[in-house]
Parts: sequence; C-alpha cells; structure tokens
Amino acid sequence: MSVGENKIAVTVSDITKITPLVTQFRFVRTDGEALPTFSGGAHTVVEMIDGAETRLNPYSLMSDPMDQTAYMISVRRDDQGRGGSLFMHQKVAVGDEMMISLPVNLFALDLRASKHLMIAGGIGITPFLSQIHELNAIAGTFELHYASQSAELAAFADDLMRRYSGKVHVYFDDLGQKIDLAALLEGQPLGTHVYVCGPKGMIDWVRKTAHDLGWPREAIHYEEFLAPQSGKPFEVTLAASNKVIQVGEHQSLLEAMEAADVDAPYLCRGGACGQCETNVIESDGEIIHRDHWLEDDDKKSGKKIMPCVSRFVGKTLVLDR
Amino acid sequence: MSRFKFPPSIRSRPVYETLAARDGKSHLIIAEAEGAEAVFDLAKNAENLMAHAHIIYIQGRSGDVYAERLASLGARQFYMGPSYSAALPRLRRVLSDAKMGLQAYLTGTEGMMGQAMLELTSAGIPHTAIQCEHRGSTARRMQCVHCKGITEDVTTDPFVCSHCGLNLFVRDHYSRRLAAFQGVCVDAEDPGNVPDQVEIYQ
Repeated sequence: MSVGENKIAVTVSDITKITPLVTQFRFVRTDGEALPTFSGGAHTVVEMIDGAETRLNPYSLMSDPMDQTAYMISVRRDDQGRGGSLFMHQKVAVGDEMMISLPVNLFALDLRASKHLMIAGGIGITPFLSQIHELNAIAGTFELHYASQSAELAAFADDLMRRYSGKVHVYFDDLGQKIDLAALLEGQPLGTHVYVCGPKGMIDWVRKTAHDLGWPREAIHYEEFLAPQSGKPFEVTLAASNKVIQVGEHQSLLEAMEAADVDAPYLCRGGACGQCETNVIESDGEIIHRDHWLEDDDKKSGKKIMPCVSRFVGKTLVLDR
Repeated sequence: MSRFKFPPSIRSRPVYETLAARDGKSHLIIAEAEGAEAVFDLAKNAENLMAHAHIIYIQGRSGDVYAERLASLGARQFYMGPSYSAALPRLRRVLSDAKMGLQAYLTGTEGMMGQAMLELTSAGIPHTAIQCEHRGSTARRMQCVHCKGITEDVTTDPFVCSHCGLNLFVRDHYSRRLAAFQGVCVDAEDPGNVPDQVEIYQ
C-alpha cells in the first residue's frame, strides 16, 4: 500500500499568473464537498496525465489550512525540468479535472516554539504561506526573511509586506541584498525555531550556520523537494514482483515501477521523507544517489536506493520490490 | 566517590552522560554539591569555555567545600547559593534573557537536574540538547501517584509519602513534566503488608 494512495478528485477553479515564472492554481473538490483541513507546511502530490505519461509532483499547499473550500498551490516554471511544471503552465486550464493526494506534512511547525523564524528562497516561499495563515489564527510569533532574484520575481512579496508589516523582510539578489544570517540567528530569543525552504545551497547554509552557533538540531527545520532529474534510460529487475522494467530518460524509477503496476511506497516523491527506501539485491554498475534521506554510509554501501529521485548507470540492478 | 553507575532499567528512566563542551557563544552550567567535580573536569577539557560561562552552583550537602576552586575557574559569572529554590529566581531571569545557541550543562543529583531541565525545556531548549551528568547522592525526587505530593530525597524503597502517608514503592518510571519518579502504593491490596525497607541501589 502506498501511503500517498488516498486521492481527491478536484477541479481547477482558478489560474493566476503571479510573476513571469510563477503561476497559482486553485482546486475545489469535483464532488462539491469540503476538502480536509491540513496543517501549515503540508504538500499535495498532483497527478499530471500528459498523453501516455503520468507524472506525480509534490507541491506545497499555500492556502489557509482551515479553509475547506479550496486548496491553492503555486508552480514555478522550470524550462530545464522533466516537464511537470511546463505541463501545469501550458496544458492545465480552468475547469480541468485532476487527481491530487491528501495533504501530507513533512515541514510542520513545531508549536512548542515561542517564535518561528522563517527563511525562504525563491519558490520556497510557498509552505510558509500556509504556515503564516496557521500562526496568524493562533496569534503565533513569526518573522519571515525572503530572498528572491529580483522584485519582479518575488512571488507574493508585496502582499506579505502589506499584510504583515514589520514581520516580513525581503532581499533582492539583483540589488546585492543578502540575509545577514549569523547576526539574525545570534539575536534570536531562547525558544525560537528556524525553518528554511529554498535552494539546496540556502538550506545547507542555514543548517550549518545555525549548527555552528550552537542551535539544537530539533530547532532547525528544512524542506527541499528534489525534482527527479532526467538521465540515461536503464533496466531494473524487480525481484519480489518478478518483473523487468525499463526506466525512461525523463521518468523516475518510482514512476517506472508505477507504470508497471508495481505498488511501491512513496510519500514526498522528492528524496526527503524516506518512505520509498528500497533494498538493492544485486548491482553491477553505479547508483546515482540524489536523495538527502540515506546516510553517506548507506549510499556508499550500494545496498539501498530511493527510487523517487535516484537513478542507475550500469549493467544490472536487482531490487527487492 | 561522586560517580555512580546506574543499573540498566526501563526506557523511561533517565540516563546520564559525561559533560562535554559544545560549540556556542554562551554556556550555562548548573551544578549541585559534588557536581562541582564534573565542572572541574569540564573546565579542564575545554579551555575557552569558562570565559563564556555562567556557573550557578548549589551547595546542597557539600557546603562550601568546593567554593574556592569553583570561584577560581574564571567563569564570566559565578553564583553560589544554598539550595535549588534559592537559585531558581536567578535561573528564570537568566533564561528570560537568553538567546538561541545557549549551551546547557547540568550536574548533581537527579532531583536537581530534573527540576532544572524542566525550567530549561519550558524556556525552549529541547531536552535532548541539555547535557546531564549525575554526581553525588542517588536520592530521588518522588511523586506519590495517589495524592500527587512530591517527596524529596527519597533513599529507601518503600518509603512513606510525606503528604498522605501511604507506603510507596519506588518505580523507575520517570516524568519529565513533573521532574519526579513515580511512587505507587505498595500495600493497596493487603493493607499493612509492607515489604522490608531497603536502601535504593543496595
């Protein structure tokens, strides 16, 4: 059984262009019922049926977690990606029916914190939007530091600045503005938790700086979805299912298993949650590990693989699935 | 000998480590009685730590035996007081001003460390980020699960609840929220049939 199997049939009720690269989608339930509430930072996996190809991409929910009328996500167009974001931008229209997963949260607020310090880079702003709704409802204390390439590309920045003046700070790369992270972290009162969502470099920077300044591991939260990357096609033997499958150039190993009707577990589909961890029975070649779930030792051992983002180059790969 | 090796027990029972210096710009050390010896070891192994450390020392049963040596460690701030409750207002004040990155070190009896940990976790430090090294007495802070009263410095099993007078069996079941072990009536089914009292850990 896949954890992400529970799905909701939704209809696209609104599409709004936010910046030249970011488009917002609003989903309502096709059957007219209320959507489940969720918690700030949760994501949904959107099923994209593009001809013969089906992609399942995770997107952070950015609407108010208590609002059961609609879910909202924002998609940044990635011209170099495998096509999921381009599909959303170019082929999805108002009135289309789609399937999305029930919300899953791998980036929840720790409500024991006395203050929530949020650091966002680019499209990494989206989970914070639902978290801010959640904190606003319970009068929680937060401070958002949001870095973007430019004012033009800073999705939702103006709205956030107006609504939460004094709590939102923006930084534009093209103006040479940069978060003074060490000073920011050093001044935080005891009980503060830091959350970061953005490019890998930013996440590593925040985690390392906080760690070096003596922040406890439990007070540092991060979320980075890795989009599966394309690569050379390869063949995999699935021992438990007794199948041999081909993984296409723009397909992930997980997607190839699903296409062959193999029920593989998953949750985030972005190398973060660990749900799809699979044992390698035999391998003659090199596993290209792209997740940030497996420990370095596990990666080196060649005994484990995360099929949602990782690939393989070589002769033989046999998995216990 | 200020060290004691606790026998393995249930998962609920706290376990203790040896204090080790961690990265951070300020360090809060709360020590009680023989816990002073753990502070000396910590200072010996981490030269620069004391310049950024605040030591709150609770004399307890050791009186001023360690006072002079502690004062000479060169801590940025050094406080000494007779009891945990005497030191508590200072501790709360320190925590209200503290910033993230503060490193916390506790050493002494289980009762003191448990109560100090409760203050620290309430102030927002995760319990897993607080180092604890047991030194000195193995006496326990016990909560009567029946009347909820706390009896301090329990050294025998069973013992009599200092509030309701029930005969209580000493459990290893520990509550971080109460900073106390649980004491359960030992003769509930057969009143008066109380096992012989023995020293805990003997």
